[in-house]
Amino acid sequence: MKAPTLFMTLRKHPLLLLAIVALFGVVAGLCTYTFTYAQGFSYFSNDPQACMNCHIMREQFDGWQKSPHHAVASCNDCHTPHSFIPKYLSKAENGFWHSKGFTLQDFHEPIMIRQKNVAVLQQNCVACHEQIVDGINTHPGDPKKMLDCLHCHREVGHGPIR
Amino acid sequence: MNSSSRFSDQRGFAVWIYVVTLIALGVAAYVALVFYQNIVDRKAEAKQDVFRVVEVSDQTIDPAIWGKNYPRQYDSYKRTVDTERTNHGGSEAFQHLDKDPVWRRIFAGYAFGVDYREERGHAYMLLDQKETERVTKFKQPGACLQCHASTLNLYINEGLKAGVPPGKSNWEAQIQKGFEVVCKMPYVEAAKLVEHPVSCIDCHDAENMNLRVNRPGFLNGIRALAKSDYPTPHLPSIERWRKDGRKGQYEPNTDATRQELRSMVCAQCHVEYYFKGEGKLVTYPWDKGLKVEQIEAYYNEVGHNDWKHKETGAGVLKAQHPEFEMWSQGIHARSGVSCADCHMPYVREGAIKVSNHHVRSPLLNVAQACQTCHRVSEKEITARALLVQDRNAALLTRAEQALLGLIDAIVAAQKAGATDAQLKAARDFQRQAQWRLDFVAAENSMGFHAPQEAARILAEAIDYARQGELAVARDTKAPVLAATP
Repeated sequence: MKAPTLFMTLRKHPLLLLAIVALFGVVAGLCTYTFTYAQGFSYFSNDPQACMNCHIMREQFDGWQKSPHHAVASCNDCHTPHSFIPKYLSKAENGFWHSKGFTLQDFHEPIMIRQKNVAVLQQNCVACHEQIVDGINTHPGDPKKMLDCLHCHREVGHGPIR
Repeated sequence: MNSSSRFSDQRGFAVWIYVVTLIALGVAAYVALVFYQNIVDRKAEAKQDVFRVVEVSDQTIDPAIWGKNYPRQYDSYKRTVDTERTNHGGSEAFQHLDKDPVWRRIFAGYAFGVDYREERGHAYMLLDQKETERVTKFKQPGACLQCHASTLNLYINEGLKAGVPPGKSNWEAQIQKGFEVVCKMPYVEAAKLVEHPVSCIDCHDAENMNLRVNRPGFLNGIRALAKSDYPTPHLPSIERWRKDGRKGQYEPNTDATRQELRSMVCAQCHVEYYFKGEGKLVTYPWDKGLKVEQIEAYYNEVGHNDWKHKETGAGVLKAQHPEFEMWSQGIHARSGVSCADCHMPYVREGAIKVSNHHVRSPLLNVAQACQTCHRVSEKEITARALLVQDRNAALLTRAEQALLGLIDAIVAAQKAGATDAQLKAARDFQRQAQWRLDFVAAENSMGFHAPQEAARILAEAIDYARQGELAVARDTKAPVLAATP
């Protein structure tokens, strides 16, 4: 008697069922359109242009184009983990905060990297430069304790700092 | 009975599920649309941030008209009416002479000894000048207006009236001629011809919004500086002009980069100057360089005194507000940081980036002014800046006391009947010490624009003041010092 109640009611009121299904469709359509309009799929890519969609990163992008790393690394190479699942988890988390910040306009100016993302950067520096930095890598595997590459090499990513 | 009640319970539960589902979907649709609208807005902002609703030209002095085209800049420009205090300055018109009464004696016999109030924001520059007792109680020339009013159009109009041919190609000739006419007018008369404090037109070219310098005092001064051999690593276009064979004259509006102009438009006024000769031409003493002793050497060469000190009779100098000169000695200038980078930092409004036209102390806006380059906490940045300023303030107080010591010594010697010949060396030392002390005191950064240079200057001030005291003792053979234990 218990289980079939819901279905029974729906069967009794087919119009209600139709309305709900239709509404699902409308919402799905609205969300898809907004997502497409916002170039949502570009965020799954490695294209640096995607990071500039919201214009906040324009200076960083401009700087990167003139920086030493321009030829060998793009945004994701340094700013997201290299393996698949951590990469997309990181994109999801940062994407959430970026969307929230840009929509509500409640972020700190100038924008600053979070500690968690510094650790990602640090790991990525070492990932490419391991052979060179092996000797000075004081806490291998512990990005928070490692000698901070960016402490001295701040300009490699986004070019000279005024 | 029991079974029918359970049935109606489940029925009620099902209805609730419909209601909640409907509400949830409605909210989801609503949020999706709001989000969509927000994205549309941000995209629109990124595409166009200027709508020309009125035409502005070189004849448009009223900033409110420009404000219709550039509402964001205008909004922040209007906020220079704010009154705020920082640890050592700010924009509240407190009377320096009451806060530090030593300055009443240092400025004895000069207009600044009567009224020396802290400057308020840009919005008040004209009003405050009309009201200061330095203007109401003393006769001042129209020269003062170069930097207290929007005078570009006045200069052009007066230049045309004086016979300079019209047309854009004679733009500077018109300004220079008008400048000569206005400088020698009586202040009260000239002040009737102006209406606005510094306005859009004073820094921007109306045609393309490019930065543009137009104050004759600055144009003449920067060219004199270019002609000298004073090294200007912080103004690379001057060095380039020299390297290219010093052809014609240095033209800041075409030779300088945008980044240099972001300092030069401020340097049109935030500088040391004097009124040259009978024509009262506002002149920037940069022929030998921008350092305190080079400016002093210039004044000595042309034989300029601002006034004769009432207590000691020494011919002394008044430093104005040598922010540009002091900044030129500092690490920020050397690193290519302009005035506007710290005093008018970029702010973001939605997807648009505009420079903040609310010109003020970076200490009131540390995040945007400093953190763009200095990635440490606001608290730490403020602490570092205040440390620099507190040290400078302490040194400044010592230098004031040293100078007072010298003034006292000269006054005492005069009372004891010392001759002018006997006091010449001491009075020269007073001129040197006072010039240096005032150069740091009148400069609006409490040493921050160039901490080491400010300390060097104050060290010299203290040294000259004490040397002066020794000179009084030596040249007048004061009995107290002659008696050795």
